[in-house]
Parts: sequence; C-alpha cells; structure tokens
Amino acid sequence: MTEPRQVYLDNNATCRVSPAVVEAMLPFFGELYGNPSSMHSFGGRVAEHVTRAREQVAALLNASPEEIVFTSCGTESDNHAIRGTLEANPEKKHIVTTKVEHPAVLNVFRFLAKRKGYHVTELGVNKQGDLNLDELRAELTPDTALLSVMAANNETGTLFPIDEIGAIAREKGVVFHTDAVQAAGKIPLDLKKLPVDLLSISGHKLHTPKGIGALYIRKGTRISPFMIGGHQEHGRRAGTENVPYIIGFGKACEEAMNGIFEENNQVRKLRDKLESGLMSQIKHTYINGNPRWRLPNTTNIGFEFIEGEAILLHLSAAGIAASSGSACTSGSLEPSHVLMAMEVPFTYAHGSVRFSLSRYTTEEEIDYTLAAVPPIIQRLRDMSPFYDPNK
Amino acid sequence: MWDYTKSVMDHFSNPRNVGKIENADGVGEVGSLACGDALKLYLKINKETGKIEDARFQTFGCASAIASASALTELIKGMPLEEAEKITNDDIARFLGGLPEQKMHCSVMGREALEAALANYRGVKVEEHADAQVICKCFWVDEHKLREVITENKLKTVEEVTHYTKAGGGCGGCVPDIKRILADINGPEAKPEPEEKPRMTNLQRIKLITETIAVKIAPMLRQDGGDIELVDIDGYDVYVKLRGACAGCPGAKATLQNIVRETLRREVDSEINIIEATK
Ligand SMILES: Cc1ncc(COP(=O)(O)O)c(C=O)c1O
Ligand code: FES
Repeated sequence: MTEPRQVYLDNNATCRVSPAVVEAMLPFFGELYGNPSSMHSFGGRVAEHVTRAREQVAALLNASPEEIVFTSCGTESDNHAIRGTLEANPEKKHIVTTKVEHPAVLNVFRFLAKRKGYHVTELGVNKQGDLNLDELRAELTPDTALLSVMAANNETGTLFPIDEIGAIAREKGVVFHTDAVQAAGKIPLDLKKLPVDLLSISGHKLHTPKGIGALYIRKGTRISPFMIGGHQEHGRRAGTENVPYIIGFGKACEEAMNGIFEENNQVRKLRDKLESGLMSQIKHTYINGNPRWRLPNTTNIGFEFIEGEAILLHLSAAGIAASSGSACTSGSLEPSHVLMAMEVPFTYAHGSVRFSLSRYTTEEEIDYTLAAVPPIIQRLRDMSPFYDPNK
Repeated sequence: MWDYTKSVMDHFSNPRNVGKIENADGVGEVGSLACGDALKLYLKINKETGKIEDARFQTFGCASAIASASALTELIKGMPLEEAEKITNDDIARFLGGLPEQKMHCSVMGREALEAALANYRGVKVEEHADAQVICKCFWVDEHKLREVITENKLKTVEEVTHYTKAGGGCGGCVPDIKRILADINGPEAKPEPEEKPRMTNLQRIKLITETIAVKIAPMLRQDGGDIELVDIDGYDVYVKLRGACAGCPGAKATLQNIVRETLRREVDSEINIIEATK
C-alpha cells in the first residue's frame, strides 16, 4: 500500500520550514546562548550573528541594516507601524487604508476609528481587485497622518503598485506604510528606489518557523516605540532578542534573495500549469484577482454553484491542503471581505479556493492535484440545486 | 478545522438520498446562493398509508449542510406524516451525534425545507407570514422564524441566534432588533446590553460636553429659574458653577448636580464627573 499523498498548497497561510534555516538556528538553542547585549564574549559572539542576520534581512529589501527592527510577527510589525506613526504625529486625525487589507491592518484601523476617534477612509477596489489611484490621491489631505496599502494581497495575490502609491503619498506629505508580508521574497523589493516609509514582513511566509517578523523603518521616519523597556533595537522595540529566530530569519531572507528570480519563475510555471489545467478541465470557473499583476505563487479560483468548505474537506481527504475565504471555514458567515470588496458574484464567491505554492511544490504534486480536483468539483455540483449539467 | 463527529463526516463524504424525485408529491426549497447555503427537498408520499415513501435532496452548502440534509432524508423515510411534522432541528443534529454550535443553522435549514415540502404537498402555499417583518436583511430572516427558532431551542444570546439562523452574522445591522426579540421572549433577565459608544478624543469630548450643556442642560435649568456656567474641563472632570432657583439650598444643589451629571454621562461618557467650581 502506498502512503496517502500529501500536497501542501496553502503557502500563503504558512510555509514548510527550510532545512537550512533550522540548521542555522540550532546552535542558538545550544552552546550559543549569550545575551547579545552583554559585555562579554558569550554575548559578543551572539551579537555578531544578530548583526549578520540584520544585514541579510536588509539585503533582501535593499535597505540599510539600521532600518530593520525585529518583531515577533507580521501582525506586530503592522501594529507598530500604524500605532507608532500616529503616536508620533498626534495632531493629525485622518488615516487611509484599503478594504482588502489583512486583518492585522484593517482591524487596527477599525479599532482606531471606534475607540480613538480617528477618521478612517477605506478605499474600495474594482472587480479585479485594483485600486483607483485618482481616488486615493483625492483622499490624502493635510490632516492625513498615514496611508497603509498592502504590497500583495494574501487571498488573491493581486499586487498594488506601491511605487506609484508611495510617490503620491510623498507628494502629499503623508507617511506610507505597506504590508509586504506576502510580497517579500516573491517579488523583488528595492527600498532604495521604492518611496516607502514603513514596510512589514513576516518570517513564516519565508520558510522560518512561526513567530518572527521585521519592520523596515526608513531613516528619518517619525515613529514611537511599540515596546518600551531596554535599549534593544535602538530603543525602538525593547525586549531581549529572540535570537534563534532572528538568525533563522536572516538565513531565510538570504535563501529568498538567492532564489528570487529562478525559484519564483519555477513556482510561476507550476502555478500557471495548475491554473490553466483547472480552468480548461472544469467549466464555470473564474480567476479572482488581477491575473496579469499578481504574485507568482497564488491562484484564487471560483467554482460556481458549490461551497468552499465542502471543496476543502474533499481536497483534504485526497491529501491536498488549500484554503478558502469561504464563510463557513472562517467562522464568519459572509464570504471573504476581499472577495466581497471585489463584488465577486455570489454564484462563486462562496465556492472560491486559494491554491498557494512554494519552492517546495513539485510538478508531480501539481499533476496529482490536476487529476484529483475535477471529480471533486463534479461530485459537489451534481448535488447542487443550482447546477444545470446541460449548460 | 471544525470538530465534526464521525457521523457528520460520514454523511458528508457519502451522502444518502442525493438527487431529485420526478413528479414528487412535495417539494420544499430554502436558502439561496447569496446566503451561502440552500436545500431543495423532494418527497414521495403514499396517500393511502400517509407515509413518506422516499425523500431526496439537492444542496449547496458546507459539510454540515450536506450532512444535515442527508440525515434529514434518512430520518423521515418511512415516517408517517404526522410524525414528520414534529421533526425539529435538534432531531437532525442529534441524528448526527451533534453539530458544532456555529453550524446549527444547517439543521434549522433542514427542518425548514421539510416544513416547506409538507406544505407544498398539502397544496397550502408555504406559510408566508406576509405580516412578519424581515429582521435580518443580510440573510433574509423574518421575525416569525426568529421567534420560532429562539423559542424552540431556548436561545438566550445574539451569538446563539446567529449560530442557529445566521441572522446578525453579516453587517450586524439587525443585532438591536434581535436583542429586542430575545428580551421580549426571555423576559427582562436577557436585557439588551448597552450599545458601546466609540471612545472620543479629548477635543471631541470637550466639544460634546460644551454643546450638551448649552443645548440640553442650560435650557432645562433655566426653565426652573436656575442656570449653569461651564468653568473648565479636565479629562472626564467637568467644572461647573450651578445656580438653583433657591440658591444656597443644599438639597436643591444636589438635585441639580444629579441632573447635570446624568445628562452628561448619557450623552457623552459614563465616566464624567461633575465638580462645583468654587470661584
Ligand atoms: C498580508 C498579511 N499581513 C500580515 C500577516 C500576519 O503575519 P503574522 O502571521 O506573522 O502575524 C499575514 C499572515 O497571515 C498576511 O498574509
Ligand atoms: S441585517 Fe442581519 S446581519 Fe446584516
């Protein structure tokens, strides 16, 4: 009997940990236990490695090491960027974001509106998930403290033009934060060129274990510390460093940088194969998001007349891990806020599934998936009162 | 992942009685694509014995919607009509060894489809409750259905109502109405919680306090020959000079202070303090 196959296509949720990352981390669970702040060789040796990791993270973003602050996760980076900026600019009371942000941004904005009296603008998107930049420009006023727009959407993979958006923010004198948790490592990000003031990244989307992130803070950006205490991270984020994870994060960024063209091309090829294979085999399917301006690893496909959770559970029984913004899997009852903002029709909003690949995805796995999915979709459709096989 | 029972997973993976019945004696259809789940139930009824001979279904929905529909058809096949009429959503859930609380609406949908199919068989139009007001516009749930489900399942909180009917799980606009209906059915112990007011900035609070005193409180006091002067605001402490009709009478003063405090607490923030300015 052969082992049941496991195909992991949910890399936008989290990724397999890279063996090289684990190897880099191991000594810091063992003999390299010093506190990097200490004035002796135990600390000094560890501090050197932390410095090196900071350089590796900075290199992925083409930033300076002093501009990198390590955090506990992408969510902390987002919170730090947003709340730290507002605390440092208390006179301004207007903040702008988009309707399709990750909850780590969107819920912070909504909290600020509800509890702190901020005037919040949430920009909408069109049916492909794109922003209207004229509308965005018109929203930025002298009272606007912060603009936060994600670099890549976690559900659809749609990319926002953060270069153009940053330029508008500059012109209007508004601080610009971007959540690049999904973009980092999948598309090149050059902060020497990009007009971005603050940028969030997270380790576990780059093959580290969960629980490490970083915030890029452009030199000269006014921002209050998120954690107050010791002088770690130049006083911008107090607390003794999570050394093993920082080291792992550095290694992961180095690996991501080395693979940014070749690996992502490989991933893109497999994603395209999966997508076109599913679209051609299965009728009544639609791609959610902008198919031309998208992360290389993500496809979000809407299957008409059936519901996402049922699809996912059948996929899971076949060993395939994917995800859906479908209401029934997320605990809320409406389909994903991203698909709703895009006004995806109800016929497939509930039946939308996200497949997200990584460098570890193989062609064989994609072939297996291409064979497994169509019968599952057909089975559920045969049960659906809305499906007419003659159409 | 949901914690589904073995039986739910079994009925989801191998649903019984899927399909249509041509020339069915009763058909019931509930839900919609927009709502995220729907169920169409077909019944074959033996008019002589008064029993349900066959039941089949088509469904659009999550695993527990599929399992609930499958369980329902298994439950009612061979059942006399009078008995089938008494099936509750809880019977469906119990047949499956239970459903996660958040998924109870799937069992409610099963019962509704059965009700609709039986009404269709009798030739009565599905009881429309034309007079019942639609309470939840996101999931199109009317007051009649809410009352029925709340009473039958002894629901106490809005959260439970959402789990059983979906009402309140979308925009949340209908939550105050659900609270009203709950309070009506369960009596005063299920008092609606006070609406949370948004936290204000200092500036907004100062503005609102000033306005409330000028527009609401001062005219009220002046009617009775009293007056109020706002001296200062420090956070939640409001310094005022009060003049009652009978200045110097401590009892009247206390009443005045009370009126001012309660009005400001209601209009602005429950933490407001009133302090008499001495100078
Ligand atoms: C776009 C985006 N932002 C933020 C986060 C949160 O990152 P973390 O899980 O590290 O807190 C995620 C991860 O799900 C994400 O996809
Ligand atoms: S009206 Fe009920 S949730 Fe929107």
